[in-house]
Amino acid sequence: MARAISARRKALNTAIAWTIGAMIFFPILWTFLTSFKTEAQAIADPPIFFLFDWTTENYTTVQERSNYFRHFWNSVVISIGSTIIGLAIAIPAAWSMAFVPSKHTRNILMWMLSTKMLPPVGVLVPIYLLFRDLKLLDTQFGLIIVLTLINLPIIVWMLYTYFKEIPGEVLEAARMDGATLRSEVLYILLPMAVPGIASTMLLNIILAWNEAFWTLNLTAAKAAPLTAFIASYSSPEGLFYAKLSAASTMAIAPILIMGWFSQKQLVRGLTFGAVK
Amino acid sequence: MKKTLRAMLGATALIASTTTAAFADTTLTIATVNNGDMIRMQGLTEDFTKKNPGIELEWVTLEENVLRTRVTQDVATKGGQFDVMTIGTYEVPIWGKQGWLVSMNDLPDSYDVDDLLPAIRGGLTVDGELYAAPFYGESSMVMYRKDLMEKAGMEMPDAPSWHFIRRAAAKMTDKDEGIYGVCLRGKAGWGENMAFLTATANSFGARWFDEDWNAQFDSPEWKEALTFYIDMMTAYGPPGASSNGFNENLALFQQGKCGMWIDATVAASFVTNPKDSTVADKVGFALAPDNGLGKRGNWLWAWSLAIPAGTDDEDAAKKFIAWATSKDYLALVAENEGWANVPPGTRTSLYENAEYAKVPFAKMTLDSINEADPTAPTVDPVPYTGVQFVAIPEFQGIATAVGQQFSAALAGQTSVDDALANAQKLTEREMKRAGYMK
Repeated sequence: MARAISARRKALNTAIAWTIGAMIFFPILWTFLTSFKTEAQAIADPPIFFLFDWTTENYTTVQERSNYFRHFWNSVVISIGSTIIGLAIAIPAAWSMAFVPSKHTRNILMWMLSTKMLPPVGVLVPIYLLFRDLKLLDTQFGLIIVLTLINLPIIVWMLYTYFKEIPGEVLEAARMDGATLRSEVLYILLPMAVPGIASTMLLNIILAWNEAFWTLNLTAAKAAPLTAFIASYSSPEGLFYAKLSAASTMAIAPILIMGWFSQKQLVRGLTFGAVK
Repeated sequence: MKKTLRAMLGATALIASTTTAAFADTTLTIATVNNGDMIRMQGLTEDFTKKNPGIELEWVTLEENVLRTRVTQDVATKGGQFDVMTIGTYEVPIWGKQGWLVSMNDLPDSYDVDDLLPAIRGGLTVDGELYAAPFYGESSMVMYRKDLMEKAGMEMPDAPSWHFIRRAAAKMTDKDEGIYGVCLRGKAGWGENMAFLTATANSFGARWFDEDWNAQFDSPEWKEALTFYIDMMTAYGPPGASSNGFNENLALFQQGKCGMWIDATVAASFVTNPKDSTVADKVGFALAPDNGLGKRGNWLWAWSLAIPAGTDDEDAAKKFIAWATSKDYLALVAENEGWANVPPGTRTSLYENAEYAKVPFAKMTLDSINEADPTAPTVDPVPYTGVQFVAIPEFQGIATAVGQQFSAALAGQTSVDDALANAQKLTEREMKRAGYMK
């Protein structure tokens, strides 16, 4: 039975939620505002909030100096490419773990997760040498492989959790009706798991878009995505906060817009199975 | 299924490899930092590509620390990602010794290598081989507010002592008005507070190691230097100084909150730029302070262009470097952007130029550079080269850890004695591990 919540309590909860939300969103808002200031206004003390002469000068400078669209295109190819390959591997893996578990399934799942516990820098040199020998340095293909591999444990875990929620009997019934393994997965499992797959896909795209260790270390000029674009505006000797903010805004805008439109799926997917 | 997969992989690889089809004969990939002079160079490269048809330039601009990691791993593994690298006076001697860089001794006569400032050239030479060409050189100096100095009834000498700086800081500080007498680096890092403190310690007679590589943080000179710095900053420095680096102090100075700031000479062009600085017309310059021991607290650094060994386009890379660090390039910048924006600190001829002499900070920059001697940086002899660093590969790690101790002392989290004792302990440990000390 649902507990009755008093109006006061509700108002308090709302206020707390809004405060936390505002705190989380504030850095993004501040970056956005700073991107329209001059460099002098960007470092003004006390800080200026809205009352300044808005200028698009920083965006013009950034456009002139960098090839934004090349970085943007690299980000798109890398994040979508790694997500598609990741899903193609993870869907069958999660299916087998959820519906035909063996006594090692749990261990395998834990082992997969354990690969996320190693700091990435620990394997930087071996991977760099492998990439060098396979001529994969500074290629989109190389980054797709690496990002697929580093995000695979998360995809498998998420899909496994969703698949576990689907009653095995439905699949059994399909099998009794003569469905092959392929049609069982394609026509029964996937349509039922669409929300879960969609949110996994979205989350993976966001993770790949924001990944800034491998994308910076394994690229130079050709395959560098938007993370490298932002890094090129940071400087320890010189105040370029306004330009850096403009570059950051341009880099996060696409993913922010995508997240905004798909927030329903994202929230539904992330809370799927959380409340029973 | 296998075929489809193979075809898919093949297609992806093909797309990936053809996305940036280069039509030029040679494409040079140049790794550089996001500093004003480098950005200016990127804007002027048309002059180079016009003179050298067939050579295209690709720029990889990165934040300094990211760049350092990136080019180090590439040069160490012979990854071949870059044809030209922007590196500093810390890396050049170490990498040159390792055989990771191409020698520049065969630059054409027209380049006039003898025109390079001796201090800078010395820092880029190992066993007689020049391993990088300097793009711009910098030292450190005192930048001060002439109006506040006058109000304090004092006059800044061209070559002040540390005790003068302290007296001036005391008189200029007006905390009610938000003005702090002196702003200095406090943020931990080998290139942040330790660059400043190592150079300062040199002027107090301290050194990192004795001739047998024994750490010297237990010496009275280090104690005097660190105590002086922390006492002065606590009394007359801005609040939260332990997290201030170059950029934070630049922001404070530009907003008129600092009486004096001792930092990189490159800052002179920022603080005198009326577009960004509220005190542009009130700034004076002086040499970094000393303690009467024959060494000043100024450093020496040169962002330089080098070619990693094993690049396929060595000749084209050399052509580019010879262009970017030439006298003609300096004239090109002067023509397009004015003399104040010419990359400073690399060539003697620049300082003999009457036009350049009119730039307010030109003379003080040159004097500061000439005051620093990377081959004899300290009062007592040392086994290393480098003014604000020790040119050994272990230095980055050790100095950052020591910098954290000193930053904590500035923040009041630990005492000067404890910070020095910890610095001594950790430096000894690392040097033993690295095999310098028995």
